[in-house]
Amino acid sequence: MAMTSAESILARASGSEKVEPGEYVSAVIDKAMCNEGFAAVFMNLGAAGVKRIQDPGRVIVIMDHYVPAPTERAATIHQLVRTGVEQLGITKFYDGRHGIAHQVMMEEGHVLPGELIVGTDSHTCTYGALGAASCGIGFSEMAYVLATGRLWFRIPETMRFLLSGALAPPLSSKDVMLKIAGDHSAEMAQYKSLEFSGEGAREMSVEARMTMSNMAVELGAKFCFFETDEKAEAWLAEKCGGGCEPLVFDKKAPVSSTYEMDLSALEPQVSLPHTVDNVKAISLLERTEVQQAILGSCTNGRLEDLRLAAGILAGRKVHPGVRLLVIPASWKVYRQAMEEGTLGTIIAAGGVILNPGCGPCFGAHGGLLGPGERCISSTNRNFKGRMGSDQAEVYLASPATVAVSAVAGYIADPRDM
Amino acid sequence: MELLKGRGWNFGDNMDTDAIVSGRFLDAPVEEAARHVFESIRPGFVDEVREGDVIVAGANFGCGSSRESAPEALKTLGIGCVVAESFGRIFFRNAIAIGLPAMVCAGVSERFNDGDTARVDVEKATVENLASGSSFAAEPLSGEMLLILESGGIMEVLKSMMGEER
Ligand code: SF4
Repeated sequence: MAMTSAESILARASGSEKVEPGEYVSAVIDKAMCNEGFAAVFMNLGAAGVKRIQDPGRVIVIMDHYVPAPTERAATIHQLVRTGVEQLGITKFYDGRHGIAHQVMMEEGHVLPGELIVGTDSHTCTYGALGAASCGIGFSEMAYVLATGRLWFRIPETMRFLLSGALAPPLSSKDVMLKIAGDHSAEMAQYKSLEFSGEGAREMSVEARMTMSNMAVELGAKFCFFETDEKAEAWLAEKCGGGCEPLVFDKKAPVSSTYEMDLSALEPQVSLPHTVDNVKAISLLERTEVQQAILGSCTNGRLEDLRLAAGILAGRKVHPGVRLLVIPASWKVYRQAMEEGTLGTIIAAGGVILNPGCGPCFGAHGGLLGPGERCISSTNRNFKGRMGSDQAEVYLASPATVAVSAVAGYIADPRDM
Repeated sequence: MELLKGRGWNFGDNMDTDAIVSGRFLDAPVEEAARHVFESIRPGFVDEVREGDVIVAGANFGCGSSRESAPEALKTLGIGCVVAESFGRIFFRNAIAIGLPAMVCAGVSERFNDGDTARVDVEKATVENLASGSSFAAEPLSGEMLLILESGGIMEVLKSMMGEER
Protein backbone atom coordinates (compact mmCIF):
# COMPACT_ATOMS: atom_id res chain seq x y z
CA MET A 1 0.00 0.00 0.00
CA ALA A 2 1.33 3.43 -0.94
CA MET A 3 2.37 5.45 2.11
CA THR A 4 4.42 8.57 2.68
CA SER A 5 7.58 8.36 4.80
CA ALA A 6 5.75 9.70 7.86
CA GLU A 7 2.88 7.27 7.38
CA SER A 8 5.05 4.21 6.83
CA ILE A 9 7.27 4.93 9.86
CA LEU A 10 4.34 5.71 12.20
CA ALA A 11 2.44 2.67 10.89
CA ARG A 12 5.40 0.43 11.63
CA ALA A 13 5.96 2.00 15.06
CA SER A 14 2.31 1.64 16.04
CA GLY A 15 1.85 -1.87 14.64
CA SER A 16 -0.71 -0.76 12.06
CA GLU A 17 -0.90 -1.89 8.47
CA LYS A 18 -2.06 1.44 7.15
CA VAL A 19 -2.56 4.87 8.68
CA GLU A 20 -4.21 8.01 7.31
CA PRO A 21 -3.44 11.69 7.92
CA GLY A 22 -5.44 13.00 10.88
CA GLU A 23 -5.52 9.59 12.60
CA TYR A 24 -4.06 9.23 16.11
CA VAL A 25 -1.74 6.36 17.03
CA SER A 26 0.29 5.24 20.00
CA ALA A 27 3.79 4.56 18.71
CA VAL A 28 6.86 2.83 20.12
CA ILE A 29 9.80 5.23 20.27
CA ASP A 30 13.09 3.95 18.82
CA LYS A 31 15.41 6.56 20.37
CA ALA A 32 15.02 9.40 22.82
CA MET A 33 17.47 12.31 22.90
CA CYS A 34 17.73 14.64 25.88
CA ASN A 35 19.85 17.75 26.30
CA GLU A 36 20.07 19.55 29.68
CA GLY A 37 16.29 19.19 29.73
CA PHE A 38 17.09 15.73 31.08
CA ALA A 39 17.38 17.34 34.53
CA ALA A 40 13.68 18.26 34.39
CA VAL A 41 12.81 14.88 32.88
CA PHE A 42 14.61 13.13 35.75
CA MET A 43 12.76 15.26 38.32
CA ASN A 44 9.46 14.46 36.59
CA LEU A 45 10.23 10.73 36.69
CA GLY A 46 11.04 10.97 40.39
CA ALA A 47 7.81 12.85 41.09
CA ALA A 48 5.82 10.17 39.27
CA GLY A 49 7.49 7.42 41.27
CA VAL A 50 9.34 5.92 38.27
CA LYS A 51 12.55 4.24 39.49
CA ARG A 52 13.42 2.28 36.38
CA ILE A 53 13.02 3.47 32.81
CA GLN A 54 11.77 1.28 30.02
CA ASP A 55 15.00 0.89 28.03
CA PRO A 56 18.10 2.92 29.02
CA GLY A 57 19.81 1.70 25.83
CA ARG A 58 17.46 3.79 23.68
CA VAL A 59 18.22 7.01 25.55
CA ILE A 60 21.00 9.42 24.58
CA VAL A 61 21.81 12.37 26.84
CA ILE A 62 23.93 15.19 25.42
CA MET A 63 24.65 18.40 27.31
CA ASP A 64 25.01 21.31 24.90
CA HIS A 65 22.98 24.36 25.84
CA TYR A 66 25.05 25.61 28.78
CA VAL A 67 28.58 24.36 28.18
CA PRO A 68 30.79 25.11 29.91
CA ALA A 69 28.37 26.18 32.62
CA PRO A 70 28.11 29.99 32.46
CA THR A 71 26.29 30.31 35.79
CA GLU A 72 26.05 28.48 39.08
CA ARG A 73 22.45 27.63 38.21
CA ALA A 74 23.56 25.94 35.00
CA ALA A 75 26.31 24.05 36.84
CA THR A 76 23.71 22.76 39.28
CA ILE A 77 21.51 21.60 36.41
CA HIS A 78 24.52 19.72 35.00
CA GLN A 79 25.05 18.01 38.34
CA LEU A 80 21.44 16.87 38.34
CA VAL A 81 21.84 15.52 34.79
CA ARG A 82 24.89 13.47 35.87
CA THR A 83 23.05 12.09 38.89
CA GLY A 84 20.05 11.13 36.76
CA VAL A 85 22.15 9.47 34.06
CA GLU A 86 23.91 7.41 36.71
CA GLN A 87 20.76 6.43 38.61
CA LEU A 88 18.80 5.43 35.52
CA GLY A 89 21.70 3.51 34.00
CA ILE A 90 22.04 5.55 30.82
CA THR A 91 25.37 4.78 29.14
CA LYS A 92 25.09 6.94 26.02
CA PHE A 93 26.00 10.13 27.85
CA TYR A 94 27.95 13.05 26.38
CA ASP A 95 29.04 15.26 29.22
CA GLY A 96 29.30 18.66 27.61
CA ARG A 97 32.43 18.51 25.52
CA HIS A 98 31.17 16.71 22.43
CA GLY A 99 29.14 19.43 20.81
CA ILE A 100 25.59 20.32 19.88
CA ALA A 101 23.22 17.41 20.43
CA HIS A 102 21.90 17.20 16.87
CA GLN A 103 25.39 17.08 15.37
CA VAL A 104 26.54 14.53 17.96
CA MET A 105 23.49 12.31 17.33
CA MET A 106 24.29 12.23 13.61
CA GLU A 107 28.07 11.91 14.04
CA GLU A 108 28.02 9.16 16.63
CA GLY A 109 25.75 6.93 14.56
CA HIS A 110 22.68 7.24 16.78
CA VAL A 111 20.40 8.05 13.83
CA LEU A 112 19.25 5.36 11.40
CA PRO A 113 16.86 5.64 8.44
CA GLY A 114 13.23 4.79 9.23
CA GLU A 115 13.59 5.25 12.99
CA LEU A 116 11.14 7.21 15.13
CA ILE A 117 13.17 9.56 17.32
CA VAL A 118 12.00 12.20 19.80
CA GLY A 119 14.16 14.80 21.52
CA THR A 120 13.74 17.56 24.07
CA ASP A 121 14.66 20.13 21.46
CA SER A 122 12.71 21.60 18.57
CA HIS A 123 15.52 21.02 16.05
CA THR A 124 15.40 17.26 16.59
CA CYS A 125 13.89 17.23 13.08
CA THR A 126 17.51 17.51 11.81
CA TYR A 127 17.80 13.69 11.67
CA GLY A 128 15.49 13.56 8.67
CA ALA A 129 18.66 14.18 6.66
CA LEU A 130 19.30 10.46 7.16
CA GLY A 131 15.66 9.44 6.75
CA ALA A 132 14.56 9.25 10.39
CA ALA A 133 11.17 10.53 11.56
CA SER A 134 12.33 12.84 14.32
CA CYS A 135 10.73 15.70 16.19
CA GLY A 136 10.86 17.72 19.38
CA ILE A 137 8.75 17.19 22.50
CA GLY A 138 8.71 18.69 26.00
CA PHE A 139 10.04 17.43 29.33
CA SER A 140 6.79 15.97 30.64
CA GLU A 141 6.21 13.99 27.47
CA MET A 142 9.83 12.86 27.53
CA ALA A 143 9.38 11.55 31.08
CA TYR A 144 6.35 9.62 29.81
CA VAL A 145 8.39 8.26 26.88
CA LEU A 146 11.24 7.10 29.12
CA ALA A 147 8.82 5.44 31.52
CA THR A 148 6.56 3.74 28.97
CA GLY A 149 8.50 3.65 25.69
CA ARG A 150 5.54 5.10 23.78
CA LEU A 151 3.86 8.36 22.82
CA TRP A 152 0.73 9.47 20.95
CA PHE A 153 1.11 10.89 17.46
CA ARG A 154 -1.23 12.36 14.91
CA ILE A 155 -0.45 11.23 11.38
CA PRO A 156 0.64 14.33 9.45
CA GLU A 157 -0.08 15.21 5.86
CA THR A 158 2.94 15.39 3.58
CA MET A 159 4.30 18.14 1.34
CA ARG A 160 6.64 17.12 -1.41
CA PHE A 161 9.41 19.38 -2.72
CA LEU A 162 11.03 18.56 -6.05
CA LEU A 163 14.34 20.38 -6.28
CA SER A 164 15.89 20.75 -9.71
CA GLY A 165 19.18 22.29 -10.76
CA ALA A 166 22.28 22.75 -8.64
CA LEU A 167 23.14 25.62 -6.33
CA ALA A 168 25.72 27.99 -7.77
CA PRO A 169 28.60 28.45 -5.30
CA PRO A 170 28.88 30.14 -2.84
CA LEU A 171 25.16 29.55 -2.25
CA SER A 172 24.19 26.80 0.13
CA SER A 173 21.16 24.89 1.34
CA LYS A 174 20.51 27.60 3.96
CA ASP A 175 19.58 29.95 1.11
CA VAL A 176 17.07 27.36 -0.12
CA MET A 177 15.27 27.14 3.23
CA LEU A 178 15.23 30.90 3.71
CA LYS A 179 13.81 31.28 0.21
CA ILE A 180 11.04 28.77 0.97
CA ALA A 181 10.21 30.54 4.26
CA GLY A 182 10.14 33.93 2.53
CA ASP A 183 8.03 32.78 -0.40
CA HIS A 184 5.49 30.87 1.65
CA SER A 185 5.62 31.73 5.40
CA ALA A 186 6.85 30.39 8.71
CA GLU A 187 3.83 28.18 8.92
CA MET A 188 3.53 26.89 5.39
CA ALA A 189 4.28 23.37 6.62
CA GLN A 190 2.38 23.70 9.91
CA TYR A 191 2.01 20.20 11.30
CA LYS A 192 3.08 18.66 8.00
CA SER A 193 5.83 16.28 7.01
CA LEU A 194 8.26 17.38 4.29
CA GLU A 195 9.88 15.18 1.66
CA PHE A 196 12.72 16.67 -0.39
CA SER A 197 13.73 14.91 -3.59
CA GLY A 198 14.97 15.56 -7.11
CA GLU A 199 18.37 16.33 -8.55
CA GLY A 200 18.85 19.33 -6.27
CA ALA A 201 18.37 17.17 -3.18
CA ARG A 202 20.62 14.41 -4.49
CA GLU A 203 23.37 16.94 -5.19
CA MET A 204 23.39 18.11 -1.58
CA SER A 205 25.85 16.64 0.89
CA VAL A 206 24.47 15.03 4.06
CA GLU A 207 25.68 18.14 5.92
CA ALA A 208 23.68 20.41 3.59
CA ARG A 209 20.63 18.17 4.06
CA MET A 210 21.03 18.52 7.82
CA THR A 211 20.75 22.30 7.43
CA MET A 212 17.56 21.80 5.42
CA SER A 213 16.00 19.37 7.93
CA ASN A 214 17.13 21.56 10.82
CA MET A 215 15.26 24.54 9.37
CA ALA A 216 12.11 22.48 8.67
CA VAL A 217 10.71 23.37 12.09
CA GLU A 218 11.01 27.05 11.12
CA LEU A 219 8.35 26.28 8.49
CA GLY A 220 6.22 24.62 11.16
CA ALA A 221 7.00 21.08 9.97
CA LYS A 222 6.81 18.04 12.19
CA PHE A 223 9.18 15.81 10.19
CA CYS A 224 11.49 16.37 7.25
CA PHE A 225 12.85 13.59 5.07
CA PHE A 226 15.59 12.95 2.55
CA GLU A 227 15.98 9.55 0.91
CA THR A 228 18.80 7.22 1.90
CA ASP A 229 20.96 7.46 -1.24
CA GLU A 230 24.66 6.66 -1.71
CA LYS A 231 25.69 9.82 0.15
CA ALA A 232 23.57 8.91 3.16
CA GLU A 233 24.82 5.32 2.98
CA ALA A 234 28.44 6.47 2.93
CA TRP A 235 27.75 8.59 6.03
CA LEU A 236 26.06 5.67 7.80
CA ALA A 237 28.87 3.29 6.85
CA GLU A 238 31.42 5.63 8.38
CA LYS A 239 29.48 6.44 11.57
CA CYS A 240 27.85 3.15 12.43
CA GLY A 241 29.00 0.48 10.01
CA GLY A 242 26.03 0.87 7.64
CA GLY A 243 23.90 -2.08 6.57
CA CYS A 244 20.68 -0.23 7.42
CA GLU A 245 17.38 -0.54 5.63
CA PRO A 246 17.22 2.58 3.40
CA LEU A 247 14.32 5.03 3.40
CA VAL A 248 12.90 5.29 -0.11
CA PHE A 249 10.05 7.66 -0.97
CA ASP A 250 6.91 6.05 -2.30
CA LYS A 251 6.09 8.33 -5.23
CA LYS A 252 2.58 6.86 -5.49
CA ALA A 253 1.61 7.91 -1.96
CA PRO A 254 -0.88 10.79 -2.05
CA VAL A 255 0.45 14.06 -0.59
CA SER A 256 -1.32 17.30 0.29
CA SER A 257 0.79 19.46 -2.04
CA THR A 258 3.82 19.38 -4.30
CA TYR A 259 6.24 22.23 -4.97
CA GLU A 260 8.89 22.54 -7.62
CA MET A 261 11.95 24.68 -7.18
CA ASP A 262 14.88 25.40 -9.48
CA LEU A 263 17.97 25.87 -7.32
CA SER A 264 20.17 27.18 -10.12
CA ALA A 265 18.07 30.37 -10.29
CA LEU A 266 18.50 31.21 -6.61
CA GLU A 267 20.33 34.22 -5.18
CA PRO A 268 21.58 34.59 -1.61
CA GLN A 269 18.77 35.17 0.88
CA VAL A 270 18.65 37.07 4.16
CA SER A 271 15.99 36.79 6.86
CA LEU A 272 15.34 40.15 8.51
CA PRO A 273 14.23 40.72 12.11
CA HIS A 274 12.17 39.41 13.83
CA THR A 275 10.66 36.44 12.02
CA VAL A 276 12.39 33.77 9.97
CA ASP A 277 10.01 34.33 7.04
CA ASN A 278 10.79 38.05 6.74
CA VAL A 279 13.14 37.27 3.87
CA LYS A 280 14.74 39.38 1.11
CA ALA A 281 17.06 38.47 -1.73
CA ILE A 282 20.38 40.06 -0.85
CA SER A 283 20.31 42.39 -3.87
CA LEU A 284 17.16 44.04 -2.48
CA LEU A 285 18.63 44.66 0.96
CA GLU A 286 19.58 48.19 1.93
CA ARG A 287 23.04 48.72 3.37
CA THR A 288 22.84 47.18 6.83
CA GLU A 289 25.81 47.53 9.15
CA VAL A 290 26.53 44.77 11.66
CA GLN A 291 28.50 44.65 14.90
CA GLN A 292 28.55 40.88 15.25
CA ALA A 293 28.70 37.91 12.92
CA ILE A 294 28.03 34.36 14.06
CA LEU A 295 29.14 31.34 12.13
CA GLY A 296 28.04 28.09 13.68
CA SER A 297 25.20 26.34 15.55
CA CYS A 298 23.35 23.13 14.72
CA THR A 299 22.21 24.84 11.53
CA ASN A 300 25.53 25.81 9.97
CA GLY A 301 28.51 24.88 12.14
CA ARG A 302 29.71 21.89 10.16
CA LEU A 303 32.98 21.32 8.35
CA GLU A 304 31.74 22.35 4.92
CA ASP A 305 30.34 25.56 6.43
CA LEU A 306 33.62 26.41 8.17
CA ARG A 307 35.60 25.58 5.04
CA LEU A 308 33.39 27.79 2.89
CA ALA A 309 33.83 30.67 5.33
CA ALA A 310 37.57 30.10 5.61
CA GLY A 311 37.85 30.20 1.82
CA ILE A 312 36.31 33.67 1.90
CA LEU A 313 38.29 34.88 4.93
CA ALA A 314 41.67 33.66 3.66
CA GLY A 315 43.99 36.63 3.23
CA ARG A 316 41.31 39.07 4.40
CA LYS A 317 40.58 40.75 7.74
CA VAL A 318 37.39 40.89 9.72
CA HIS A 319 36.13 44.50 9.79
CA PRO A 320 37.38 46.27 12.94
CA GLY A 321 33.81 47.12 13.96
CA VAL A 322 32.67 43.48 13.80
CA ARG A 323 33.08 40.59 16.23
CA LEU A 324 33.18 37.34 14.27
CA LEU A 325 32.29 34.43 16.55
CA VAL A 326 32.75 30.93 15.22
CA ILE A 327 31.07 27.97 16.93
CA PRO A 328 31.90 24.57 15.45
CA ALA A 329 28.93 22.20 15.79
CA SER A 330 30.97 19.52 17.57
CA TRP A 331 34.38 18.63 18.91
CA LYS A 332 34.92 16.35 15.93
CA VAL A 333 34.25 19.26 13.61
CA TYR A 334 36.46 21.50 15.77
CA ARG A 335 39.37 19.06 15.75
CA GLN A 336 39.24 18.34 12.07
CA ALA A 337 38.92 22.04 11.21
CA MET A 338 41.90 22.69 13.46
CA GLU A 339 44.05 19.90 12.04
CA GLU A 340 43.41 20.83 8.43
CA GLY A 341 44.11 24.53 9.04
CA THR A 342 40.57 25.84 8.53
CA LEU A 343 40.44 27.35 12.01
CA GLY A 344 43.92 28.83 11.56
CA THR A 345 42.70 30.71 8.49
CA ILE A 346 39.67 32.02 10.36
CA ILE A 347 41.76 33.09 13.37
CA ALA A 348 44.30 34.82 11.11
CA ALA A 349 41.43 36.86 9.68
CA GLY A 350 40.39 37.89 13.18
CA GLY A 351 37.65 35.38 13.97
CA VAL A 352 37.18 34.18 17.56
CA ILE A 353 36.61 30.44 17.99
CA LEU A 354 34.19 29.47 20.77
CA ASN A 355 33.72 26.01 22.17
CA PRO A 356 31.16 23.76 20.49
CA GLY A 357 27.71 24.19 22.01
CA CYS A 358 24.64 26.36 21.74
CA GLY A 359 26.27 29.48 23.19
CA PRO A 360 24.60 32.72 22.07
CA CYS A 361 22.22 31.01 19.61
CA PHE A 362 19.36 30.99 22.11
CA GLY A 363 20.48 33.99 24.13
CA ALA A 364 21.97 32.32 27.18
CA HIS A 365 25.69 33.09 27.08
CA GLY A 366 28.86 33.60 25.09
CA GLY A 367 28.34 36.49 22.68
CA LEU A 368 25.07 38.24 23.41
CA LEU A 369 23.92 41.49 21.82
CA GLY A 370 23.39 44.87 23.44
CA PRO A 371 20.52 47.29 22.67
CA GLY A 372 20.64 48.59 19.10
CA GLU A 373 23.24 46.07 17.96
CA ARG A 374 22.88 44.04 14.81
CA CYS A 375 24.13 40.54 14.12
CA ILE A 376 24.37 38.53 10.93
CA SER A 377 24.07 34.90 11.90
CA SER A 378 24.12 31.45 10.36
CA THR A 379 21.77 30.18 13.12
CA ASN A 380 18.10 29.36 12.60
CA ARG A 381 16.04 31.89 14.58
CA ASN A 382 15.87 35.67 14.72
CA PHE A 383 12.97 36.13 17.14
CA LYS A 384 12.98 39.37 19.11
CA GLY A 385 15.35 39.05 22.05
CA ARG A 386 16.62 35.65 20.87
CA MET A 387 20.28 36.61 21.18
CA GLY A 388 20.32 39.10 24.05
CA SER A 389 18.67 42.51 24.13
CA ASP A 390 15.07 42.95 22.99
CA GLN A 391 16.38 45.99 21.13
CA ALA A 392 18.95 44.02 19.16
CA GLU A 393 18.41 42.66 15.66
CA VAL A 394 19.38 39.27 14.24
CA TYR A 395 19.63 38.68 10.49
CA LEU A 396 19.87 35.09 9.28
CA ALA A 397 21.93 34.02 6.29
CA SER A 398 24.22 31.35 4.87
CA PRO A 399 27.80 30.79 6.08
CA ALA A 400 29.18 32.52 2.97
CA THR A 401 27.04 35.62 3.54
CA VAL A 402 28.08 35.70 7.21
CA ALA A 403 31.79 35.50 6.32
CA VAL A 404 31.61 38.17 3.63
CA SER A 405 29.59 40.47 5.88
CA ALA A 406 32.10 40.06 8.72
CA VAL A 407 34.76 41.42 6.38
CA ALA A 408 32.63 44.17 4.85
CA GLY A 409 31.11 45.43 8.12
CA TYR A 410 27.66 45.35 6.55
CA ILE A 411 25.50 42.57 5.10
CA ALA A 412 27.21 41.87 1.79
CA ASP A 413 26.69 39.63 -1.22
CA PRO A 414 29.07 36.65 -1.16
CA ARG A 415 28.99 36.50 -4.97
CA ASP A 416 30.86 39.81 -5.09
CA MET A 417 33.94 38.43 -3.38
CA MET B 1 -14.57 18.66 31.57
CA GLU B 2 -16.29 21.78 32.86
CA LEU B 3 -16.86 24.84 30.67
CA LEU B 4 -14.07 27.41 30.74
CA LYS B 5 -14.97 31.08 30.91
CA GLY B 6 -12.73 34.11 31.08
CA ARG B 7 -11.65 37.40 29.55
CA GLY B 8 -10.08 37.01 26.14
CA TRP B 9 -6.70 38.51 25.25
CA ASN B 10 -6.14 38.94 21.56
CA PHE B 11 -2.67 38.22 20.20
CA GLY B 12 -1.56 38.32 16.60
CA ASP B 13 0.24 35.81 14.41
CA ASN B 14 3.57 34.09 15.04
CA MET B 15 3.80 34.60 18.81
CA ASP B 16 7.00 32.65 19.30
CA THR B 17 8.13 30.82 22.41
CA ASP B 18 10.92 33.36 22.99
CA ALA B 19 8.23 36.05 23.29
CA ILE B 20 6.39 33.93 25.85
CA VAL B 21 9.48 32.91 27.85
CA SER B 22 12.79 34.44 26.84
CA GLY B 23 15.88 32.22 26.67
CA ARG B 24 17.22 34.20 29.63
CA PHE B 25 14.76 32.43 31.93
CA LEU B 26 15.15 28.91 30.61
CA ASP B 27 17.17 27.76 33.61
CA ALA B 28 14.99 29.72 36.06
CA PRO B 29 12.05 28.39 38.09
CA VAL B 30 8.78 28.75 36.18
CA GLU B 31 7.40 31.21 38.75
CA GLU B 32 10.25 33.56 37.84
CA ALA B 33 9.82 33.02 34.08
CA ALA B 34 6.07 33.66 34.44
CA ARG B 35 6.71 37.18 35.69
CA HIS B 36 8.25 38.08 32.31
CA VAL B 37 5.74 36.58 29.89
CA PHE B 38 5.32 38.70 26.71
CA GLU B 39 7.61 41.33 28.22
CA SER B 40 9.30 42.16 24.92
CA ILE B 41 6.11 42.58 22.91
CA ARG B 42 3.42 43.55 25.42
CA PRO B 43 5.00 44.97 28.57
CA GLY B 44 2.67 44.98 31.56
CA PHE B 45 0.67 41.94 30.42
CA VAL B 46 1.55 39.95 33.55
CA ASP B 47 0.06 42.65 35.79
CA GLU B 48 -3.25 42.73 33.94
CA VAL B 49 -3.90 39.05 33.43
CA ARG B 50 -6.31 37.28 35.81
CA GLU B 51 -7.12 33.70 36.79
CA GLY B 52 -9.17 32.01 34.09
CA ASP B 53 -8.31 34.45 31.27
CA VAL B 54 -8.14 33.05 27.76
CA ILE B 55 -5.56 33.79 25.10
CA VAL B 56 -7.06 34.17 21.64
CA ALA B 57 -4.32 34.18 19.06
CA GLY B 58 -3.71 34.19 15.34
CA ALA B 59 -1.69 31.70 13.34
CA ASN B 60 1.34 29.78 14.56
CA PHE B 61 1.01 30.58 18.27
CA GLY B 62 3.95 29.20 20.22
CA CYS B 63 6.14 28.55 17.20
CA GLY B 64 9.80 27.96 17.92
CA SER B 65 11.42 26.17 20.78
CA SER B 66 10.42 23.01 22.64
CA ARG B 67 10.53 24.86 25.97
CA GLU B 68 7.74 23.51 28.14
CA SER B 69 8.11 26.59 30.30
CA ALA B 70 6.15 28.52 27.64
CA PRO B 71 2.75 26.89 28.30
CA GLU B 72 3.72 26.37 31.94
CA ALA B 73 4.35 30.06 32.48
CA LEU B 74 0.97 30.88 30.92
CA LYS B 75 -0.71 28.35 33.20
CA THR B 76 1.17 29.74 36.20
CA LEU B 77 -0.22 33.20 35.34
CA GLY B 78 -3.72 31.74 35.53
CA ILE B 79 -4.48 31.41 31.80
CA GLY B 80 -7.25 28.84 31.57
CA CYS B 81 -7.11 28.07 27.86
CA VAL B 82 -5.34 29.08 24.65
CA VAL B 83 -7.36 29.32 21.46
CA ALA B 84 -5.55 30.02 18.19
CA GLU B 85 -5.95 29.80 14.43
CA SER B 86 -3.02 27.37 14.54
CA PHE B 87 -0.21 26.40 16.90
CA GLY B 88 3.47 25.59 16.69
CA ARG B 89 3.15 21.84 17.13
CA ILE B 90 5.50 21.40 20.10
CA PHE B 91 3.78 24.20 22.02
CA PHE B 92 0.46 22.50 21.33
CA ARG B 93 1.74 19.12 22.58
CA ASN B 94 3.34 20.71 25.62
CA ALA B 95 0.17 22.61 26.51
CA ILE B 96 -1.88 19.40 26.50
CA ALA B 97 0.91 17.58 28.35
CA ILE B 98 0.89 20.05 31.24
CA GLY B 99 -2.90 20.22 31.36
CA LEU B 100 -3.48 23.58 29.65
CA PRO B 101 -6.30 23.24 27.08
CA ALA B 102 -5.25 24.40 23.60
CA MET B 103 -7.85 24.61 20.85
CA VAL B 104 -7.30 25.14 17.13
CA CYS B 105 -10.12 27.37 15.96
CA ALA B 106 -10.32 28.98 12.51
CA GLY B 107 -11.51 32.57 12.26
CA VAL B 108 -11.49 33.22 15.97
CA SER B 109 -8.75 35.85 16.22
CA GLU B 110 -10.50 38.34 13.93
CA ARG B 111 -13.67 38.22 16.00
CA PHE B 112 -12.25 38.87 19.45
CA ASN B 113 -11.32 42.12 21.18
CA ASP B 114 -9.28 42.31 24.36
CA GLY B 115 -11.67 41.91 27.27
CA ASP B 116 -14.47 40.06 25.41
CA THR B 117 -15.59 37.10 27.49
CA ALA B 118 -14.73 33.75 25.98
CA ARG B 119 -16.54 30.51 26.81
CA VAL B 120 -14.81 27.31 25.76
CA ASP B 121 -16.20 23.79 25.77
CA VAL B 122 -13.12 21.65 25.37
CA GLU B 123 -14.96 18.37 24.99
CA LYS B 124 -17.47 19.63 22.43
CA ALA B 125 -14.77 21.77 20.80
CA THR B 126 -16.71 25.02 20.70
CA VAL B 127 -15.56 28.56 21.42
CA GLU B 128 -17.98 31.44 22.01
CA ASN B 129 -17.48 35.17 22.23
CA LEU B 130 -20.14 36.13 24.78
CA ALA B 131 -19.64 39.84 24.09
CA SER B 132 -20.57 39.59 20.43
CA GLY B 133 -22.62 36.42 20.58
CA SER B 134 -20.55 34.71 17.89
CA SER B 135 -19.56 31.08 18.21
CA PHE B 136 -16.93 28.98 16.49
CA ALA B 137 -16.25 25.31 15.93
CA ALA B 138 -12.79 24.26 17.06
CA GLU B 139 -10.91 21.11 16.03
CA PRO B 140 -11.91 18.30 18.41
CA LEU B 141 -9.18 16.84 20.62
CA SER B 142 -8.52 13.10 20.59
CA GLY B 143 -9.72 10.85 23.40
CA GLU B 144 -6.18 10.48 24.75
CA MET B 145 -5.67 14.26 24.76
CA LEU B 146 -8.94 14.76 26.67
CA LEU B 147 -7.89 12.11 29.17
CA ILE B 148 -4.55 13.88 29.70
CA LEU B 149 -6.32 17.23 30.22
CA GLU B 150 -8.88 15.74 32.59
CA SER B 151 -6.13 14.09 34.62
CA GLY B 152 -4.31 17.42 34.93
CA GLY B 153 -1.44 16.57 32.58
CA ILE B 154 0.55 13.63 31.25
CA MET B 155 2.58 13.36 34.47
CA GLU B 156 -0.64 12.71 36.39
CA VAL B 157 -1.50 10.01 33.85
CA LEU B 158 1.93 8.49 34.43
CA LYS B 159 1.52 8.68 38.20
CA SER B 160 -1.72 6.75 38.09
CA MET B 161 -0.14 4.17 35.77
CA MET B 162 2.64 3.73 38.31
CA GLY B 163 0.08 3.41 41.08
CA GLU B 164 -1.68 0.62 39.18
CA GLU B 165 1.59 -1.26 38.72
CA ARG B 166 2.37 -1.27 42.42
S1 SF4 C 1 22.53 25.56 18.43
FE1 SF4 C 1 20.76 26.91 18.74
S2 SF4 C 1 19.10 26.02 17.56
FE2 SF4 C 1 20.70 24.46 17.76
S3 SF4 C 1 20.11 23.24 19.55
FE3 SF4 C 1 21.47 24.85 20.26
S4 SF4 C 1 20.12 26.58 20.87
FE4 SF4 C 1 18.92 25.17 19.61
